[in-house]
Amino acid sequence: MFQTLFPGDLFAELDRMQRQMRQFTGPMTSIRGFGRSTYPALNVGGTPDSVEIYAFAPGLDPTTIVATIERGVLTLSGERRTELPVSDDARVRLDERFAGRFSRAVSLPDDADPDHVTANYADGVLHVSVKRRESAQRRRITID
Amino acid sequence: MTSNDIAKQESARGETAAMLPPVDVVEDDSGITLYADLPGVPKDKLNVRVEADALTIEAEVSLPLAQGMEASYAEVQLPRYRRTFTLGQELDSDKAVAEFRNGVLRLHIPKAAHARPRRIEVQVG
Repeated sequence: MFQTLFPGDLFAELDRMQRQMRQFTGPMTSIRGFGRSTYPALNVGGTPDSVEIYAFAPGLDPTTIVATIERGVLTLSGERRTELPVSDDARVRLDERFAGRFSRAVSLPDDADPDHVTANYADGVLHVSVKRRESAQRRRITID
Repeated sequence: MTSNDIAKQESARGETAAMLPPVDVVEDDSGITLYADLPGVPKDKLNVRVEADALTIEAEVSLPLAQGMEASYAEVQLPRYRRTFTLGQELDSDKAVAEFRNGVLRLHIPKAAHARPRRIEVQVG
């Protein structure tokens, strides 16, 4: 198995493979869409007291990214303008990078607290951290 | 060469699995401009080099991971990018200029002076 960027588990890996198979073989995709070239790519992880979302969104002006949480769904949207020239003497040799409007959504777990969210854009990655409600966090019960 | 051969070659060179970054390449009379998406790469982990006629972009991802985090879903799985391009003789890679902002590399390689298009005066005598 590859050395992974994200501390994953075997089930996540199997899930990914299954999802990839589905992408190429069948019409069964997520209701929120899952194209072959998704922009931005998303990684989601969790700690006991927060949910961490990483959106790989290179080449954006961070002030133009719109991030909203509504009914437990985090939505990231915006637009990436093409840098390809319009002048006549320039020839485009390769055109692989995403350009245009984008919108991606992630369902947050029930204990995510939309009032405690931080978002930070660095090196082309938007990192959103959503705290879990304190009432849902594990706590030790003292025994008298 | 099949992809299997390439994989064998790579493992023989001791290279590890890497993602292929998407690129745009534009050519005009002055040279070639390449844009590559390398999100999550800090400036000091980006390595662009030219050896003989091959341009190689290699970069390592470094994310501020929260303490004790467990992944639940990951579309980006590998911690590095790598991609190689062959350059033509007409490009002057010594004069290449690179800039890296918000995870996007912009690399301009000018054409050598002798390779730029020239208008030839036609004498009518």
